[in-house]
Amino acid sequence: MTETSAPLSTAQPPLVKEKLSRDDWIMRSCMVVIGLFLCVFILLPLYTMLSKSVENKDEAFIGLANYIEYFSTPALFWSAGNSLTIAILSTVIVLFVAFIYGYALTRTCMPFKWFFKVVALIPLLTPSLLGGISLVYWFGNQGVAKGLLFGETIYGPIGITIGSSYWVFPHALMIVITALSITDARLYEAAIALRTSQVRTFFTVTLPGCKYGLISAGFVVFTLVFTDFGVPKVIGGNYNMLATDVYKQVIGQQNFQMGAVVSVVLLVPAIIAFSVDRIVQKKQVALLSARAVPYEPKPHRVRDMSMLVFCLIVAAMILCMLGMAQYASLVKFWPYNLTLGFSNYDFDVMDGGGWDAFWNSLYMALYTAVIGTAVIFFGAYLMEKGRGFGTGRSIFHMLAMLPLAVPGLVLGLSYIFFFNNPANPFNFLYGTLGILVIVSITHFYTVSHLTAVTALKQMDPEFESVSASLKAPFYKTFARVTVPVCTPAILDVSMYLFLNAMTTVSAVIFLYSSDTTLASVAVMNMDDAGDIAPAAAMAMMIAYTCAAARILHAGLTRGLLKHSQAWRNR
Amino acid sequence: MDSKSAHKPYLKITDLTKKFGEFTALDNISLDIFESEFVCFLGPSGCGKTTLLRAIAGLDIQTRGSIEQDNVDISALPPTERDFGIVFQSYALFPNMTVDKNIAYGLENRKLPKDQITNRVRELLDLVGLPEQGIKYPAQLSGGQQQRIALARALATSPGLLLLDEPLSALDARVRDHLRGEIKDLQRRLGVTTIMVTHDQEEALTMADRIVVMDHGLIEQVGTPEEIYGQPRTAFVADFIGTMNFIPGAVTAAGTVSVGQSTFQCDTTYHANGAPITVAIRPEDINAQDIHDGDSNVVDAEVKSLEFMGSFYRANLIGPTFGDGDVHADFSVNLVRRKSVAVGSRLPVRLPAEYVQIYAANGS
Amino acid sequence: MKKHLFAKLSLGLGAAAVAGLALASAANAATELTVYTAVEAEDLKKYAKAFNDVHPDIEIKWVRDSTGIVTAKLLAEKNNPVADVVWGLAATSLMLLKEEGMTEAYAPQGVEKLDKKFVDSANPPHWTGMDAWIASVCYNTVEAGKKNLPLPTSWQDLTKPVYKGSVVMPNPNSSGTGFLDVSSWLQLFGEEGGWQFMDGLHQNIAWYTHSGSKPCKQAASGETPIGISFAFRGAKSKNDGAPLTIVVPSEGVGWDMEATSIIKGTKNLEAAKKLVDFTITKGANMMYNSGYAVVAYPGVAKPVKNFPEGITEAMIDNNFEWAASNRKRILAEWQSRYDSKSEAK
Repeated sequence: MTETSAPLSTAQPPLVKEKLSRDDWIMRSCMVVIGLFLCVFILLPLYTMLSKSVENKDEAFIGLANYIEYFSTPALFWSAGNSLTIAILSTVIVLFVAFIYGYALTRTCMPFKWFFKVVALIPLLTPSLLGGISLVYWFGNQGVAKGLLFGETIYGPIGITIGSSYWVFPHALMIVITALSITDARLYEAAIALRTSQVRTFFTVTLPGCKYGLISAGFVVFTLVFTDFGVPKVIGGNYNMLATDVYKQVIGQQNFQMGAVVSVVLLVPAIIAFSVDRIVQKKQVALLSARAVPYEPKPHRVRDMSMLVFCLIVAAMILCMLGMAQYASLVKFWPYNLTLGFSNYDFDVMDGGGWDAFWNSLYMALYTAVIGTAVIFFGAYLMEKGRGFGTGRSIFHMLAMLPLAVPGLVLGLSYIFFFNNPANPFNFLYGTLGILVIVSITHFYTVSHLTAVTALKQMDPEFESVSASLKAPFYKTFARVTVPVCTPAILDVSMYLFLNAMTTVSAVIFLYSSDTTLASVAVMNMDDAGDIAPAAAMAMMIAYTCAAARILHAGLTRGLLKHSQAWRNR
Repeated sequence: MDSKSAHKPYLKITDLTKKFGEFTALDNISLDIFESEFVCFLGPSGCGKTTLLRAIAGLDIQTRGSIEQDNVDISALPPTERDFGIVFQSYALFPNMTVDKNIAYGLENRKLPKDQITNRVRELLDLVGLPEQGIKYPAQLSGGQQQRIALARALATSPGLLLLDEPLSALDARVRDHLRGEIKDLQRRLGVTTIMVTHDQEEALTMADRIVVMDHGLIEQVGTPEEIYGQPRTAFVADFIGTMNFIPGAVTAAGTVSVGQSTFQCDTTYHANGAPITVAIRPEDINAQDIHDGDSNVVDAEVKSLEFMGSFYRANLIGPTFGDGDVHADFSVNLVRRKSVAVGSRLPVRLPAEYVQIYAANGS
Repeated sequence: MKKHLFAKLSLGLGAAAVAGLALASAANAATELTVYTAVEAEDLKKYAKAFNDVHPDIEIKWVRDSTGIVTAKLLAEKNNPVADVVWGLAATSLMLLKEEGMTEAYAPQGVEKLDKKFVDSANPPHWTGMDAWIASVCYNTVEAGKKNLPLPTSWQDLTKPVYKGSVVMPNPNSSGTGFLDVSSWLQLFGEEGGWQFMDGLHQNIAWYTHSGSKPCKQAASGETPIGISFAFRGAKSKNDGAPLTIVVPSEGVGWDMEATSIIKGTKNLEAAKKLVDFTITKGANMMYNSGYAVVAYPGVAKPVKNFPEGITEAMIDNNFEWAASNRKRILAEWQSRYDSKSEAK
């Protein structure tokens, strides 16, 4: 017999240390490079910002003096209170509307669902400022529907709430739709079998089933509104909010230390919301049973028609926002000369950066989409499928999750602190398009990363083992198998990055230079200078560009799926 | 066996230990595998069989211990520098490549000329009996076909060692039975040293030259299928493979054990007098007797229940000999008919000394 | 130059590195001046073109923002200046920079031809003026008519309750126009009277804007009936067809100069001097005149269409030195009085 498993002696053989192949070396170097990328472009800037908030103007450590100064001004409580009020109000409104809208799309036989889906996603294609600008034309002092406000002014909480609700609506809707589509149809069959009334079914089955989705959507909306500054900037009047405070401190007074303090204050609720959301998401996963049967709604005339009316109203409001921006941008001189023309599109004679700003944005968004997708997807691949660096890979995952909790404004500000320091070897990036590309990548890292990870998790975990046995270097299998199989997800990530890079204001507002003004920033600056019609025109240019990109993306995805139909399991 | 142990083993595993944190997945394993052998690692899930396979492949390198393949120490080598082909339960075929491309994947890495690759792919497709399927994508094939392609891909580069990780577990029962024979046949023809991991004893018994039964990171027994089945060395092996009756008892004298109220003969070589033991016997080894002939290994039993199993009946026997428990015995349909065995029947049964195994009580 | 090379290189990141290199080497041919300015954006291209007609080898890289922001930016960069030249920033701001020791003394060629008011009294001067911009009130006749608002003729008129919520003015913290308004009121009404006036005015303010031109643009579009802004902006909007009356308040109006200065420590001093020489030429002053009725070069100014009459006479005897040295204190006071009171309606 040849077997023995009895310990013969107490002396243990030495630990085996794996010999690293060339492949391993390449893979590990890539991991280190991408890990360093995240450290340098996320962790270090945030650290610099934190340290800035405990320094005085001469960069000497002064403990919490800045905080004490800030907390002893009544302005803080006004602004924090205002921010909280608006964020909570918007969250309630958006959740309510998004839930019904999402319910109509997933649980009813309402006609024209595709139309409502498309319309609901429109705000994603526009900068958040567009809503504010449209509101000025609708409800401003010269607004066409001013009477609807009964003498109240749109400049202030009303305008901010409506404008914020407009642009965060699709974010909430997507989460709600996901939550509603994962409910198990058998629960409803059971409810019917038990002769449960529809109302009771709704409260005992439907609502609990998507409870976590709603909570998650609530936190997303809250954080977005709480940290957004585009809408309050345009339509806020004298209604101060924390996000606009940061802007005033930094841009208006170049008081970076105080800006850092407000940023940290801004970071607190965002991180709380983020952590709660993470916990909730974990529970959501636990709820999901793999054997759930998808729910197929049955026609119900009264319900379907009332949902249709509701969705029509919501869709009409979204289209009104967009339509007004388009119309106003064509009007020669609102409200005295309503003849139409393209004079407002002559950006070169206005503040804000002219057509160059538009082209900069386009290049910046393209670079962000291409480089960002490459970095993020490859990073997710190494983290998910790589060998070695176990602990390092978990840390990498945590780092990749961090940007979701950091408001764009805060990230942008920390980039100034970090990169504007002449001693920093990356100082050369400051003021270039490069830093805008990088901040856009890091700002939108998390969602892209998670999309990539989800796609990678769906792949057979043994591909890498098989490839190793076939002596294929990992990069070859990555290029020949992983990338082709994950192409739909890769396209999704690049689309997401492109749209966000096109429309974002918050992360880039502190970082553009006169050579690298961006379209979204131009919208804000033109509005600042009182050129609101050209601002609307530029916002529409962004919207059209994003829409075109979306259509291109849809075409590419469809073509790709058709092409790969032979091998792709649907 | 003897002819094989004459020459050096092809794969020599020495004192292998694998720890995941505090958990010991493999505990000081040593094992030799010979050229052209088909070895099965068999055991319940979590017993360490897959861990051992992955250590051999270099996919999860062991914490301690060494592995030699073909006289070369490969203990610390990464998988790309080892010589093996591998097939997984999930097939792991590249979905975006045709069958041809999948099989050619490893060959391309060898920088072989194109026509040589084409020929080799054709040869392999013939070998696995799917000569016409080269241009299809994996998703267009059935599970069994996909697994054959995976096998062809693993064999394409003519590796010295073929590793099969539960290759049949994802397949339907019928396909599985069929493929079992095919793989075994292929292995015999090619003579490639093969290690298969399985939790299915039937698979192991039918396919393996030798079976390695594992539990809790330890090797319980290594042997031919007949040895494993006929002479399980531990109670675990006895219980895990096939059906086994266990009856508590004690050694009363050399060659004699007492069980319940009776004593009978069996081999007690490794057990001391008076030691508490467990007596084990397979249901099919219990023979119904016409009469109680005075042989001490023939005991009285009563049929408590009778279960029709198709080709035989499984009887649940009780009797003073078996203590408080009951014992399964397989009776042929013929016998049941002939002797009109029914619930409540009393009949003498023989527990042949040569088929009775005894194990020390409480493991070890 | 090296920094610029990196900038261009990183631009080409991911795309053609070749293109990036080409860009960088092309840029090497010209000297680049970073010029900070608060001049209206639509004028910048014109200014740069006029300069490049004379000096094609010097490329201007504009950094434009509101007066307050450019000033704050310059102060923030004190230890690590980025700007080479400031062309077109409020003289009060440049005086502040001079006090901070950030400006380079230089007498541009032909400086003696300028009106003395427009040149720093130091010798050699640290700054030279270009033109004056003058506060005024834009009054939308259509909207005021709808709300029955009488035409205000003085600053004090604007504190009357009838104008509640009908007046918009720039925030002095970010806008140069806003600051010259505030400093002129403090000079006209005295320290105490000035703040008292602003307390009253604050009651009527609908909102404060970021830029100085926005109040007039909003008045032009009827978003507000009355906007406190500057004369040139009003004239311009009126020329565009807005129903505006441009009011010159009877107490007198604040004004400031747009001025030019070299930042101390510039690495491109020669090019900077060439630029400053150009900014005081007769030709340049004629160019300024298209937007400003009062320019530094005597005898150049031609009347600007729709520019309010009698405004030059109403310009107060502005004490720039006082305004500059008290700038920080005034702004802080203003901020604590009006900015933190968020819901002022």
